[in-house]
Amino acid sequence: MSSKSINLTLKVWRQQGPKAPGRLETYKAENISTDASFLEMLDIVNERLTLEGKEPIAFDHDCREGICGMCGSVVNGRPHGPQKETTLCQLHMRHFQDGDTVYIEPFRARALPVVKDLVVDRSALDQIIAAGGFISVNTGQAPEANSLPVPKDKADLAMDAAACIGCGACIAACPNAAAMLFTSAKISQLALLPHGRPEAAKRALAMLAQMDAAGFGNCTNHKECEMECPKGISISNIARLNREFLKAALASAEEIPAATKKE
Amino acid sequence: MLQLDAKIPGGPLETKWDRHRFDLKLVNPSNKRKFEIIVVGTGLAGGSASASLAELGYNVKTFCIQDSPRRAHSIAAQGGINAAKNYPNDSDSIWRLFYDTIKGGDFRAREANVYRLAQVSNLIIDHCVAQGIPFAREYGGLLANRSFGGAQVSRTFYARGQTGQQLLLGAYSALMRQVARGQVKMFPRREMLDLVVVDGQARGIVVRNLITGEIERHTAHAVVLATGGYGNVFYLSTNGMGCNVTAAYRCYKKGAGFANPCFTQIHPTCIPVHGDYQSKLTLMSESLRNDGRVWVPKKAGDKRRPEDIPEDERDYYLERIYPSFGNLAPRDISSRAAKRMCDEGKGVGPTGRAVYLDFRDAIQRLGQAEIEARYGNLFQMYERIVAEDPYTTPMMIYPASHYAMGGLWVDYNLMSTIPGLFVLGEANFSDHGANRLGASALMQGLADGYFVIPNTINGYLAGTKFAEVTESHEAFKESEAEVVAKVKKLLSIKGKRTVQDFHRDLGHVMWEYCGMGRTDEGLTKARKLVADVKAEFWENVTVPGSHTDLNQSLENAGRVADFLEFADILLLDALARRESCGCHFNEAFQTEDHEALRDDVNMAHVAVWEYAGEGKEPIFNKEPLNFEFVKLATRSYK
Repeated sequence: MSSKSINLTLKVWRQQGPKAPGRLETYKAENISTDASFLEMLDIVNERLTLEGKEPIAFDHDCREGICGMCGSVVNGRPHGPQKETTLCQLHMRHFQDGDTVYIEPFRARALPVVKDLVVDRSALDQIIAAGGFISVNTGQAPEANSLPVPKDKADLAMDAAACIGCGACIAACPNAAAMLFTSAKISQLALLPHGRPEAAKRALAMLAQMDAAGFGNCTNHKECEMECPKGISISNIARLNREFLKAALASAEEIPAATKKE
Repeated sequence: MLQLDAKIPGGPLETKWDRHRFDLKLVNPSNKRKFEIIVVGTGLAGGSASASLAELGYNVKTFCIQDSPRRAHSIAAQGGINAAKNYPNDSDSIWRLFYDTIKGGDFRAREANVYRLAQVSNLIIDHCVAQGIPFAREYGGLLANRSFGGAQVSRTFYARGQTGQQLLLGAYSALMRQVARGQVKMFPRREMLDLVVVDGQARGIVVRNLITGEIERHTAHAVVLATGGYGNVFYLSTNGMGCNVTAAYRCYKKGAGFANPCFTQIHPTCIPVHGDYQSKLTLMSESLRNDGRVWVPKKAGDKRRPEDIPEDERDYYLERIYPSFGNLAPRDISSRAAKRMCDEGKGVGPTGRAVYLDFRDAIQRLGQAEIEARYGNLFQMYERIVAEDPYTTPMMIYPASHYAMGGLWVDYNLMSTIPGLFVLGEANFSDHGANRLGASALMQGLADGYFVIPNTINGYLAGTKFAEVTESHEAFKESEAEVVAKVKKLLSIKGKRTVQDFHRDLGHVMWEYCGMGRTDEGLTKARKLVADVKAEFWENVTVPGSHTDLNQSLENAGRVADFLEFADILLLDALARRESCGCHFNEAFQTEDHEALRDDVNMAHVAVWEYAGEGKEPIFNKEPLNFEFVKLATRSYK
């Protein structure tokens, strides 16, 4: 590590609450070590704001290891910033130049309303999972773990999809604010495993209906989601979702749920 | 004094759990609908408990501080989960998993609890596979295993380097299925700020809605606490930024005994500290020690680059000192060895507080592709943080605060000293003794949530008379008034230092005097220093903003205030334990080889601290540990 210090100008989205108007405010981030992470840079700015008697910038974060999916903002127009396959907490300041101006905004989508500053409400994603992103097995019902072998290539593909951290960057990146990459990752994971097949049709129909009801858009193959996904989730999962949906809609006995209105 | 009846069933170890389940009273299915259970926390323990209790038909109300129940810090567990399946045919068994865990904990855990843990470990794997968790598999489609610290068998199941994530998402999906059924009501972004006790029973909680600032009251017939560990008392730790002791500490102040707080695990393989702006330390999974070799230069002060140091000038000290376990020596032992090397001036890196974890030989033996398949995401994470490529330059690692073996005291039913308050996962003290083995935290969290609490809570609910308690009960009013007063007090101080600044001070004291090496003088000094930090905090902290909306400074202020009080109990406990065992190393008690020196005659007990009132020293209680089935032995990994 060769450490040095840089000075930045930040343009940060400040918004007091969901209904309040927001605006970009300018702050100086001075004497920032290039070994600091992006969120540590925000910590430093927040400590200085606090000491000046100002309210610090609200942003979600927790594990700071790139796995909890809590953090994420749009940095210079890109969800989680410029580095490929990197969450904001894992982005380090060595990727910025002294004197840079950095724009920091919340993830924007109708279905992810701003709570405050950079914090957004992602509960719509939980609702998509609640609609069918599971295998219906109660504790105690499971057969012996090795009773159903899973081909290694299928297990690996399922793991690739299961790596989704539910951060919402795919939605923020998509011009349609679609949640297709998020939804397809869960549908793919469970559809690829033999354990998930019995409910595959029902799952695809229910999760997509909920996705529509929550106000997310649909995929028109811009591929921005794959480009910005911090976990490198492939859009081939969206193709698999489409196949699962078509199979379910045309060839299964499952009824297509009527789109339910969002509360 | 506390009544510490562990309620351990009699008879042979192998059948205790079966007999106990038979003896416990049952609640019939239609009566389950009449009970409400609160679960606080949605990590592995809380998520799995919420789902399983709801599946049984109980009405569950689940709370978490995050925006979604998919984010708790269980998600960051990397390496794997143990089970006694013996798939590799390498002589594993329930007994061996039990014995390794008891020995790994340096004989300071309860035999009956640990045996039950080993028994249900296999059920966890069955259940998680059925949930669709993509565990690693062999080419034949069957489950793969790897080995972990403190064991000579391969019993660890894993999903690449993100096993915790996959297991947590499994519990989360089961939980969301119950939310959709209406059996669980989910309350995200709520922080529990008090436990409400009525007629000696836990009957509800008071929480702060972190978005609106409203204080809410919630009633229940039982409260299940699964709020994780207190590793952030050291400020820098591998814990998530939100991990805190507040919920557990408020329960302690309401009468729950706090057990073995000084048993805090320092994990040997973390990315070293490099700056004072640093907010946390990142773990590099112990699984890396399967293929990585730990070394330092033989000569103190050797500043050459690692690749310039020839083979015969390297000290692979774990392999040298512990030949039979080598790089897979348990965490406490590996951490202390790293500290010793650095104390002797052999540490590497810019600060001299690091050792190498080198994959050169493994890459030569297996090829880079295989190493990438096994640890790709960990190598990538290291590269992101340190900006060095671990495929070509050895990783630098150093120990960091990671896990709390101590926690609220619970009996065999996982019930605390407050009737109706159950404590699961890292928040309780029960299974890991003085040191936790790798891949055992996931096992315990899920054992407690999926398989223990759904059985033991019936016995309590069926055998207890409940008075009608509503949210307007006097006890709720009192709790709320206290909570509101504290929130307002924090906002009113308007001093000159930030919350984080105080937390950093606390962390420095705790790490310096209560970290890997402890002395009576240091611990005594630390008590004074912590008291000073605490006194200044309440006079000079500044918390901006208001209490009527999202205010992260205020949230953090409340947590740090509790850490400042809790730290003293940790120090007291460390002083009271007149031995070294597991991760607790008092330098006055060591062998000639600098290994921990236990005192089984006087110290084979659980230390349980009882709140005695504001400004008073907590009361010391003890639960003797009786070893009927294993022989207490000096723990050797040589």
